[in-house]
Amino acid sequence: MDIPSDRSEVVFQDFKAAFTPAQAVTEANRCLFCADAPCVQACPTEIEIPQFIRKIATGNLKGSARTIFDSNILGMSCARVCPVEVLCAGACVYNHRGEEPIAIGKLQRYATDEAFAKGWRFFTAGKATGKSVGLVGAGPASLAAAHELRRRGHAVTIYDKRKVVGGLNTTGVAPYKMKSDRSLDEVRYVLGIGGIEVKTGVEVTDFVALQKQHDAIFIGVGLGADSKLGIPGEDRTHGAVEMIEKLKLGRVAFDKTKPAVVVGGGNTALDAVRELKGLGIDNVTLVYRGQEPSMSGYQHEWAAAKLENVRAQWQTQPVAYEGGVLKCVKLDAAKKAIAGSDFAVPAELVLVAIGQAKLAVPGLKVEKGCIVADENGATSVRGVFTGGDCMNGGKEVVNAAAEGKRAAIAIDKFLGGK
Amino acid sequence: MPNLQANTGGIISPNPFWLASAPPTNSGPQIMRAFDAGWGGAVWKTLGVPIQNVSSRFGGLNVGTKRAVGFNNIELITDRPLESNFKEIYEVKKRYPKHAVIVSLMVETEQEWKEIIKRSIDAGADGLELNFGCPHGMCERGMGSAVGQEPKVNERITSWAVHYSTVPVLVKLTPNVSDIRPHGLAAKRGGAHGVSLINTIKSIIGVDIDRFIPEPRVAGLSTNGGYCGAAVKPIALHMCASLARERDFGIPISGIGGVSNWRDAVEFILLGSSSVQVCTEVMLRGYRVVEDMIEGLTEYMTTHGFETIDQMVGKAVPQYSEWGDLDMNYETVAKIDADKCIGCHLCLVACDDGAHQCIHPGENVMKNGMAVNVPKIDESECVGCNLCQIVCPVEGCIDMVAVANGHKPATWNQHVSEGAKLRHKKGSH
Ligand SMILES: Cc1cc2nc3c(=O)[nH]c(=O)nc-3n(C[C@H](O)[C@H](O)[C@H](O)COP(=O)(O)OP(=O)(O)OC[C@H]3O[C@@H](n4cnc5c(N)ncnc54)[C@H](O)[C@@H]3O)c2cc1C
Ligand SMILES: Cc1cc2nc3c(=O)[nH]c(=O)nc-3n(C[C@H](O)[C@H](O)[C@H](O)COP(=O)(O)O)c2cc1C
Ligand code: SF4
Repeated sequence: MDIPSDRSEVVFQDFKAAFTPAQAVTEANRCLFCADAPCVQACPTEIEIPQFIRKIATGNLKGSARTIFDSNILGMSCARVCPVEVLCAGACVYNHRGEEPIAIGKLQRYATDEAFAKGWRFFTAGKATGKSVGLVGAGPASLAAAHELRRRGHAVTIYDKRKVVGGLNTTGVAPYKMKSDRSLDEVRYVLGIGGIEVKTGVEVTDFVALQKQHDAIFIGVGLGADSKLGIPGEDRTHGAVEMIEKLKLGRVAFDKTKPAVVVGGGNTALDAVRELKGLGIDNVTLVYRGQEPSMSGYQHEWAAAKLENVRAQWQTQPVAYEGGVLKCVKLDAAKKAIAGSDFAVPAELVLVAIGQAKLAVPGLKVEKGCIVADENGATSVRGVFTGGDCMNGGKEVVNAAAEGKRAAIAIDKFLGGK
Repeated sequence: MPNLQANTGGIISPNPFWLASAPPTNSGPQIMRAFDAGWGGAVWKTLGVPIQNVSSRFGGLNVGTKRAVGFNNIELITDRPLESNFKEIYEVKKRYPKHAVIVSLMVETEQEWKEIIKRSIDAGADGLELNFGCPHGMCERGMGSAVGQEPKVNERITSWAVHYSTVPVLVKLTPNVSDIRPHGLAAKRGGAHGVSLINTIKSIIGVDIDRFIPEPRVAGLSTNGGYCGAAVKPIALHMCASLARERDFGIPISGIGGVSNWRDAVEFILLGSSSVQVCTEVMLRGYRVVEDMIEGLTEYMTTHGFETIDQMVGKAVPQYSEWGDLDMNYETVAKIDADKCIGCHLCLVACDDGAHQCIHPGENVMKNGMAVNVPKIDESECVGCNLCQIVCPVEGCIDMVAVANGHKPATWNQHVSEGAKLRHKKGSH
């Protein structure tokens, strides 16, 4: 679980700075303590946001952290990586008054950082049930599930094919939100409940066969490798997620004076352009086949990228990568190539961020590559549950945390709990 | 884990947090929801001959953007039939046997007191609270604060109630008196097991300056009401402490008035309350505020090494003394932490216009690329009044620091009776 200290990501500063105690108390006192609060409804893990904020205002920080972790044991990372602009803060009633919404993410960070710093722990393992659950993948979905299963007294083993744990929270999220060492702090905090065995470097290939060793299985394997463009010269491009993992866990070296291109219009692409900028590359261009307003990446993320002078080519489709340029054509509104519109974007470095492949899950029913499950995460195979990106097709950490916990409650029922 | 159980004159509750007799305790379903949320006890909305209320009936005092830091009402006692109330008291007690249900009462004649006490106890009341406090509407009918302001009447009615009751009797006192002590002592002489204080304070919450009518407005008129909420806490704390340190008093107190969070509750307990009651904060934000109160109190007790509430009750009372017993030779001066100062000069203007003109513009310090002028304090002139610290918007920026002036402690009383030497008067030229 060791990672080097000279990782490329360490040069990044927090995009949203931590609150000082005075700032936190001032902001907490702005909260109206709404009832049936829209922020709570907008949070997939349904944290009692007004309560945890009120507790910051009264100086009951420990209670504040307890409220957060009781709903979401990954509350520390969520505070940093959640797109609060479209979740809790986006729903804050202040928006309807034309005023800044409460900085819920920053307040949540304030309380959970304090809990980590002071070593406050709130939950203990339940009475041993004698049942055992195997969880595949050590990402947010499995970690949330494992913690809930321990609270309910089940023995838990997590398998991950990687050497590092934490899933994309460790290997993927933008370093200006959270660096990998902080994700590992969180994993340690979650494992602190005791009795969670973690086996790294173990790739599970036969999920159904794993049932022989456990009374129930949870699959939280996330998504697979970066998708490909299928163009000539692609072998000299890099998958964005793969490159992000490298810069987060080790060192990458680029010629900062040479132009770079990121292909895609989703959040991974928007992270990638800002990461290249942050690593010192001057000229970074986003190449996207759709139009600006319809990109799948969040507008608030794109606004931040624009502030960092990222350029963009809209309605643009790469056709080949050769001789230091990405050859492209322009697309019309129906995404059809416009004849004679060929042009070239200079690019010494090309990252492809057009999505991730779905992983194979033999023996389980899938639809469009996603594992099919009911609202509690129960798959087509009895005793096998799932949650997170491999089920939802790729959402946020907080969705994985919510789905992992929900599946754990269903697994507990399946194993005879109340 | 500290034990939060509270004992107020024999009324036991799982924690010291009670709902005060008011709209939040108007009915059984409400009180059951409150117990589910964590409240340890509830004082039922005052029962008596059901009345009829006016509309509107409440007013709020807004300060800046903070709404209702003070609150006022012209509502009376219960307007619901007694039968419904007693039926619901019975149901609540059946479902929540460990929680404290105290029934608040207000009637006139001895016979009425006898009957209503019997019915309350038959319904399952763990205790009674005699409402001698309501400052509007009921006193005009010879009840409420009309009783609480007259020690003889207070004592007589209390003794009736104690005589007819088989459960502990608390007397709820009105703050609309110049000295609370004779009234607490009257309740004690009457045999009360404890007192609750304060009820609301006579007030006019504001005036509609366009209609020329005080608030709250009932058609074209208004009337004085009862003031409560966060703003009344200092008055309530004083009355609580006055009785707590009164040698002849010595019966438990249930503290009420402006309790909004766990800190307020701790203050009441340290000044002698065995339980605290809350009305306004719950009216404004709901039963859910109790979660933080319980957690905050638990954490406070843990960090201060208190295992039980009893160990805390009255801990600050011995340190509440007469002015004449304060050490006149104790000297403090204000110190500004230049690292924290943001240069607003609120301390400077406050000291200039409202105190002793001893804060002056100081040196410029560069902060965030701007020059911030950090005021300096002339310590030879500073009288240590605290005003600057009170207006300073930055927590911990101005500190009141004790000065070693070489003088032995000396109180005013010692000075007058024994000629004890006082230090040189500062700032009096
Ligand atoms: C570049 C990028 C940036 C992101 N940024 C954010 C963000 O800022 N905020 C946010 O909320 N979300 C973000 N996300 C999404 C978020 O990271 C995911 O939704 C979340 O991590 C999903 O959690 P998971 O547990 O389902 O899967 P993952 O986090 O992907 O974890 C799956 C784990 O399973 C392991 N595994 C896979 N197959 C096997 C196998 N066969 N055997 C054993 N182990 C296996 C993997 O090694 C991995 O550790 C981002 C995603 C990406 C790609
Ligand atoms: C609307 C309203 C109605 C009240 N009714 C009663 C009552 O019926 N009996 C009573 O003893 N006190 C009554 N009170 C007083 C409260 O119980 C309490 O003593 C007072 O409000 C101070 O506490 P607080 O600052 O927490 O509100 C009432 C207060 C309010 C605001
Ligand atoms: S709070 Fe309820 S009862 Fe009171 S005025 Fe508003 S709607 Fe009517």
